Amino acid sequence: MKVFAIAEHRFGELNPLSIELLNLANKLGESNAVVIGKDVSKFAEELAKFAEKVWKIEDASLENYTPDLYVDVLLQLINREKPDVVLVGNTAQGVEFAPYLAVKLGYPIVTDVVAVNTANGFVVSRYVMQGKIMVDLKVSTPCVLTIRQGAFKEGAQKSGKVLDAGIKPSKPSARKFIGYVQPEVGEVDISKAEIIVAVGRGIEDAANIPLAEELAQALGGVVAGSRPVIDSGWLPKDRQVGISGKIVKPKLYLALGISGAFQHVMGMKDSELIIAVNKDPEAPIFGVAHYGIVGNIFDVVPTLLDKLKAKK
Amino acid sequence: MKIIVLAKHAPDPQSEVGIASDGKSLSLGTAVFDINDWDRYAVEEAIRIKEKIGGEVLVVGVGKNCDDTLRKCLAMGADRAIKIPFDGGIDAYQIAEVIAEAIKNEKFDMIFAGLMSQDVNNALVGVLLAGMLNLPFATAVTAIDIKDKTVRIKREIEGGYQEESELPMPCLLTIQSGINEPRYVSVMGIKKAKTKEMKEVKLEPKSKKVEVVKMYLPPVKKAEMITGDPDQVASKVIAILKERGLVG
Repeated sequence: MKVFAIAEHRFGELNPLSIELLNLANKLGESNAVVIGKDVSKFAEELAKFAEKVWKIEDASLENYTPDLYVDVLLQLINREKPDVVLVGNTAQGVEFAPYLAVKLGYPIVTDVVAVNTANGFVVSRYVMQGKIMVDLKVSTPCVLTIRQGAFKEGAQKSGKVLDAGIKPSKPSARKFIGYVQPEVGEVDISKAEIIVAVGRGIEDAANIPLAEELAQALGGVVAGSRPVIDSGWLPKDRQVGISGKIVKPKLYLALGISGAFQHVMGMKDSELIIAVNKDPEAPIFGVAHYGIVGNIFDVVPTLLDKLKAKK
Repeated sequence: MKIIVLAKHAPDPQSEVGIASDGKSLSLGTAVFDINDWDRYAVEEAIRIKEKIGGEVLVVGVGKNCDDTLRKCLAMGADRAIKIPFDGGIDAYQIAEVIAEAIKNEKFDMIFAGLMSQDVNNALVGVLLAGMLNLPFATAVTAIDIKDKTVRIKREIEGGYQEESELPMPCLLTIQSGINEPRYVSVMGIKKAKTKEMKEVKLEPKSKKVEVVKMYLPPVKKAEMITGDPDQVASKVIAILKERGLVG
């Protein structure tokens, strides 16, 4: 089975997920990395340590990612080399261009894949219901898969050869890249905090944020939040924990009313101690927490606060 | 400006969900259904653009039971709705295919879709549709600025960064949550919605791209659960924190 893994890089850094794609590719068959950009020799050499072949696609117009040009050059390469499986990272970039590529190739696509099994046909696994339920899907090959970060961490070393694909974009991109916008900087850097009281949708209303703030203060920590709380404007964007926000590793992460969507969990799973309170016993947050409490945060938190204050 | 918005009637993943007896589909008996949260932001964004520069907002829903969500969009301010009474499952190709067919005679400047659905979490229908219709596109859009026939967008990438790009129209954008503050439906809105057109277009997909083998509960390591009344729970939490030197 011939497998293509489309590497990703930004700000001069190779995304480590690119290597994870190759780990899966090596498990499935002949591993081919594809790396696209203006000058990608440095990345190609790194990828060659994990791939049998590395295909370079270089052009000045490919300096910054645009889905139009990525699809354009990948179509040329895939139609020529005919891989059985095309692997793409399930990232902001990968899950953007991969479905478009799949349509143009006429291939099936499955996103956010966490396991691949070839014992009985080509079967892939992914979560639905934001992590609560898993589904196995039978897919015909050739196909496109986007792969979840952290699912294929182990793999073989290789010393492959780097090849110039000899491919250029066939037309200019309709979508023009303008630039990157820096993250907002707030008064508190949650990634440096030792104690974090994090609130999710279960906090229910902006009026309840002070309760979390009071608890954070009693513990000597800061308040952070998951996406729904930031989206609602109850906390500023720089307090968001998750892939699209900040990665935190505090000594204590107290998760209040956070369901535990993957994008949040990736931002806090390495915390030294995670205690989660959620009224849903099936909430995925309990899969990552060290201690779990099934209950109402409005019962648990005030009691906890009273006891903390009584100690002082 | 004419904007087509895709809106899904979807179960809330935080309500009680299980697996049906066939082992291949979800059991959603007691689940709460509403407009997919990302689509709510997409509809709001389209209505705001229409209110600012004029035009029309057309919402498209797929599913035999999507009337409530379409009516909600009309009550928010959308002008008309197309309902495709096809119950698709996890195969996003099929959904995109029937939508492409249903809107083939509609002229439009932009199509908005939510970044993903809150139940299946594929993040596919929008971009598949862009591919089928050969449209320029962008995903996870967090800001939209329209100038003549181009649209300047910001889109969310990792680590708090955003990417800024410019697209020609017509184009397709998938909308990230938090782009705006969606309005509540007013009584006046609900009254007006009753007079708005909801057209049913019966379509079946031609292709089948994926097949469900089975559904199951994910194997997870579970946290050590702390039980008792709030007082007991709080005492145990403090004991754990004390043990680690996190409280005095």
